[in-house]
Amino acid sequence: MQTTEIKPHSKWFDIDIKGLWRYRDLYYMYIRRDIVTQYKQTILGPLWYVIQPLFTTIMYMFVFGGLAGISTDGAPQPLFYMAGIVLWGYFSQCFTVSSDVFGTNANVFGKVYFPRLVVPLSGITSNLLKMLIQLAMFIIIYIYYVFTLPSGTLHINASILLFPVLIFLIAMHGMSWGLIISSMTTKYRDMKFLVQFGIQLFMYATPVIYPLSAAPEKYRDIIALNPLTPIFEAFKYSCLGCGTLDWGGLLYSTIFMCITLFLSVLVFSRTERNFMDTV
Amino acid sequence: MYRLGRVGTGTLSHDLNRWWTMNILRKEDPFLKIGETNDRSTKGHSDYVWALRDISFKVEQGDVVGIIGKNGAGKSTLLKLLSRITSPSTGSIRYKGRIASLLEVGTGFHPEMTGRENIYMNGSIMGMTKKEITRKLDEIVDFAGVERYLDTPVKRYSSGMTVRLGFAVAAFLEPEILVVDEVLTVGDAEFQKKAIGKMNDVAKSGGRTVLFVSHNMAAVKNLCTRGVVLENGTLAFDGTTDEAVNYYLNNNFQLEHGLITDHIDELASYITVDKIAMVLLIRRAPLPAIKSIWRCFLKGQQPSLLKPMSNSNSLIRVRCRWQLIQREHIRE
Repeated sequence: MQTTEIKPHSKWFDIDIKGLWRYRDLYYMYIRRDIVTQYKQTILGPLWYVIQPLFTTIMYMFVFGGLAGISTDGAPQPLFYMAGIVLWGYFSQCFTVSSDVFGTNANVFGKVYFPRLVVPLSGITSNLLKMLIQLAMFIIIYIYYVFTLPSGTLHINASILLFPVLIFLIAMHGMSWGLIISSMTTKYRDMKFLVQFGIQLFMYATPVIYPLSAAPEKYRDIIALNPLTPIFEAFKYSCLGCGTLDWGGLLYSTIFMCITLFLSVLVFSRTERNFMDTV
Repeated sequence: MYRLGRVGTGTLSHDLNRWWTMNILRKEDPFLKIGETNDRSTKGHSDYVWALRDISFKVEQGDVVGIIGKNGAGKSTLLKLLSRITSPSTGSIRYKGRIASLLEVGTGFHPEMTGRENIYMNGSIMGMTKKEITRKLDEIVDFAGVERYLDTPVKRYSSGMTVRLGFAVAAFLEPEILVVDEVLTVGDAEFQKKAIGKMNDVAKSGGRTVLFVSHNMAAVKNLCTRGVVLENGTLAFDGTTDEAVNYYLNNNFQLEHGLITDHIDELASYITVDKIAMVLLIRRAPLPAIKSIWRCFLKGQQPSLLKPMSNSNSLIRVRCRWQLIQREHIRE
């Protein structure tokens, strides 16, 4: 039996990793709950996860490819847009789930203690499973194009092996920014409104629907500053062959992610101690 | 230290002020000084109150401590501190073992999930592992008595059934220290008996330490070995259960005495049948009636019941007369 002490001010660096391991069953429960309850009493059920990116791709093809005439750097349009949508969807879901942790779960947090980090972690994992379903559909469309286009146009690079790393980077980026917003939102709710339209605007600042090469020269540096840019470019390079693989950019993205993750978990741990009095 | 009022634009200035004073000027927290005692019935001057102040007590293994007090005395806040839901402003709490807290029945219940899934969810939230829950599933269902509805979504349960299920999961936690907050008053009579019986088992034969908050004095006397009385955030009494319950009840009664002599308007608004009867008596024969009633109150007895009044006008008139007469009595 261990002796625990509860004090008003604890050390700066106080992250409860052991507690997270002890509550891993709760983590699985939350994931299960997220997936099972979302489509209860529906007919199509998980098929809705696939319909949404499909229709978005069609709209983007029409609007951005057809009306606006933005190039896709040689790759077939549906594949290009779908690749962007799948990854961006995952990022925005991770961010949204993590950005109002204290608000949506205030009633549970006010009655029971468990490491609060379980909730955003389970959120990003359940979204990962949803993303994998969308990815499966992407692969199906990809295979179709491999057979119908002249061979050699589409080839998978060895850098496809980077895919898990890219997913991890996206998840951690989304979660860290979300956690910072959660912690700030407990007292000053302005941040909540920022999240909704901020995400939409941010999509245009990342090369989701356009390749980086299509961006005008003077903005290209600013867009390159965005830590998500190299991730999207790398994914499109690995399976569609457009753009370049920017190792320097990926390194920058990783370092940025590590710093923000560290800061966000720190801020989150400090907030979770006293937020019940102000949320 | 708790901040009253709405968290609005005022807090940004408070926060900046506090940050400036503490981090830049390196002085003490300016808001920690002006906290007032948490008396909920007076208005007060400060925005900050001490929800709890100077609470110090020690609980040994196997003690069953009953924490009693009026509404707003700080009992639930104390339990929240113990459950690590919020952290103290000053001081520290030290404990050995695990604390499991039952502050609300059915935390983490999701209406769309079935009873069985909710048992797992609730159990995991309270700290049990999945294996533990699977092991105890039969016992839990048996205690709750909802076997037929186990695979139906919880939104279809009656409110009593959800409560029974929630309590059943919590009853099979096995922590070293258990903290319970006023949850034994839910459910039908049969279930209440079961719940108190289970608490008895846990406390006496399990050898666990239990901290138990309740307004039900009978349950407290039944279960607890020690009693602690909280009053407006401070520790008013710490001793055996009987003494604590007596202190609590006498204290409240004393307050009514005070109300009679000092706040006579408030007395008349205390519309209970006894006091209306008292007012009736006064109309008929003022002085002797008052003397006998006053003797009754001093002894702590109630005057005999008569027909309650329905006409509110006459109540007001008599109240004035009662005020006048009472004041003369004091001056004697």
